Amino acid sequence: MRVYFDYNATAPLSADVADAIARATRDLFGNPSSLHHFGQQAKAALDDARSSVASLIGAEPTEIVFTSGGTEADNLAIRGLAEALEPSGRRHLVASAIEHEAVLNTLKALARRGWRTSLIPVAASGVVVREALEAVLADDTALVSVMHANNEIGTIQPIKELADLAHARGALFHTDAIQSAGKIPTDIKQLGVDLLAVSAHKFGGPKGVGALWIKRGTRMLPVLTGGKHERNRRAGTENVAGLVGMGAAARVAVEKLAGEAARVAAIRDELEAGILSRVPATAVNGARDRRVPNTSNISFDRVEAESLLIALDLEGVAVSTGSACSSGTLEPSHVLKAMGFAAHRTQNSLRFSLGQFSTKAEVEYVLGILPGLVEKLRTLSRHPGAVSSRS
Amino acid sequence: MRIVVAMSGGVDSSVAAALLVEQGYEVIGVSMQLYDQTLADGVEAFGSCCSLSDLNDARRVAAALDIPHYVINLERQFDEHVVSNFVREYTAGRTPLPCAHCNSDLKFATLAERARGFGADAVATGHYARVEQDTASGRYLLRRGADTAKDQAYFLFSLSQAQLRAARFPIGDRDKGAVRAYARARGLPVADKPDSQEICFIPDDDYAGFVRSHAPHPPAPGVITDERGALLGRHDGIHRFTIGQRKGLGLSSSPTGEPVYVLELRPSDQRVIVGPKQALEKRTLTAAGVNWILERPETPRRITAQIRHRHTAAPAAVTAVGPDGAEVVFDDPQIAITPGQAVVFYDGDVVVGGGWID
Repeated sequence: MRVYFDYNATAPLSADVADAIARATRDLFGNPSSLHHFGQQAKAALDDARSSVASLIGAEPTEIVFTSGGTEADNLAIRGLAEALEPSGRRHLVASAIEHEAVLNTLKALARRGWRTSLIPVAASGVVVREALEAVLADDTALVSVMHANNEIGTIQPIKELADLAHARGALFHTDAIQSAGKIPTDIKQLGVDLLAVSAHKFGGPKGVGALWIKRGTRMLPVLTGGKHERNRRAGTENVAGLVGMGAAARVAVEKLAGEAARVAAIRDELEAGILSRVPATAVNGARDRRVPNTSNISFDRVEAESLLIALDLEGVAVSTGSACSSGTLEPSHVLKAMGFAAHRTQNSLRFSLGQFSTKAEVEYVLGILPGLVEKLRTLSRHPGAVSSRS
Repeated sequence: MRIVVAMSGGVDSSVAAALLVEQGYEVIGVSMQLYDQTLADGVEAFGSCCSLSDLNDARRVAAALDIPHYVINLERQFDEHVVSNFVREYTAGRTPLPCAHCNSDLKFATLAERARGFGADAVATGHYARVEQDTASGRYLLRRGADTAKDQAYFLFSLSQAQLRAARFPIGDRDKGAVRAYARARGLPVADKPDSQEICFIPDDDYAGFVRSHAPHPPAPGVITDERGALLGRHDGIHRFTIGQRKGLGLSSSPTGEPVYVLELRPSDQRVIVGPKQALEKRTLTAAGVNWILERPETPRRITAQIRHRHTAAPAAVTAVGPDGAEVVFDDPQIAITPGQAVVFYDGDVVVGGGWID
């Protein structure tokens, strides 16, 4: 049996979405900027996709800028705004300590070029501390960036509250909604933000396409310069087939969101309760009552997460130790570290993330094998040196 | 049966994996990430040995063989067991042998333990060596690889019985030509990849620079003298020298006009002692940290002894001394017996044991 519990890394495509991409690849080869028939067809498909993505987040289609994915959307939000506001003297950027690398490393890059940056801490629950934001906001703060839901632990942040604080000081607010859009209601008006990034492949669309929503009237400079695509905010011929897929996935997500969220939450909770009751010395990382419905991050005491991940994969179960982008590094999870966990706990935690094709039968399979695998690893770590050398 | 193959991305370990697949084992490819792959400024060093491109090669081979492949991060363990020893030995005036430590303290220790954690009781590598069980004694024997030019048993002398029991060397009974031919016939993408030469974690071969930048205290300068103590020159650290070295001594000319060689490195006063070639010849050595693969001899045992990787094992008698020491007396004098290197004892092509030269 093959079980895929790594939806936060990327989600499989439904047949409808895959078909839409295949059709667009075959039939819509025109350049959407061309004036002729072929261009018009491609442009019409792009407009459809734009409307669908806009409706996923309660926005106007004209406010949507298509990008090559979530990372570019985050880059455009931060760099595009920082550069546009540079002449105003607002040279201070703020982000939470648990942001995705797309945000954290963009801030680092701007810090090297003279911007002042502040990272705000989170509580042990993984939720951003409101007072910490108040403490760092300054008259020259240009932008605050806090993710809507965290990719590793799934915690949902109090975006509206934080955005109001930022606005009160004249700063703008960006949220990386890459792990929330399609999983929980993600509405730009309710969130009260100015910029919002989404990525297609996290909600059933293809890789390589994403979008940044930019509130009308927000001053932005393009990061990719060139032609007049995307209303002068992102040059480059659009990935038509990919965006058609993103639009199709967005429509499915809007349609099924309420039902799917409840269904996925039920099996995620079953998985989590099963692990906590059947595997001794386990604990959930992050606030359980304010998470996206598909994510569970669990710490297994006295287990090397990397070894457990491999043991599970060899039994057909795909999970991850944190962000897929940081695989292969020894760095402990910066998210768990920011939550104040000891070093060992940041390296014994696994992320289970479920989605539209996840089933109860898969949960039962995982619960059947997991206790034995953990016990085996723990037995070995209790008796190290059985195979070790004399030297 | 599940077997883990340590895959470096080279042709030897790739063929080892392919042979085990062919023999019907459930093979799991594992590559060890042993040191930070990025340079200080965060940019990857493209094209260096054991770099990300080697990991990519291992991944491509695993895909071609249709086996799972994982990269396991053992940077911390590699630093503790191999790199720190390497630096410590050089700064103490000894010439280390990191590959032997990597085998006994990492591949057949940490990696073997990880492997057992996911249900694999054996670890295979692409070494040119052979392991077999002696039916009479039940002992696991280590033998030289069939390809005498490529033989690597020397680097494996410190494996314990438990480690040898779990070790597999699938290419040990082949020669290099046959290994490459097999790789080509199987269409493995690394069939014609050149052999690696340097120490894997020092891709530019500048080991002195590496020791300097990794030593807890910067190596101290000192003097170069002859055997009687006459000052011949100065140097900026004994880590730059090895026994028998002739080039790079920085001496304009020797007093006699004859070429001089490094005879001794004295860490107590950072002195490098040089002299004529015949002074390099010695008939005896003592070893510490000795591992006996065959039974520890109660009386002096006739063996052949190899004092470095590129040395033809020479006839000698070995006597076990104390808990883990040994004394070796060669029939004929040997050139440049070097502290820090291994001395390995053989009976024919069977490894009797070995230790670290004092």
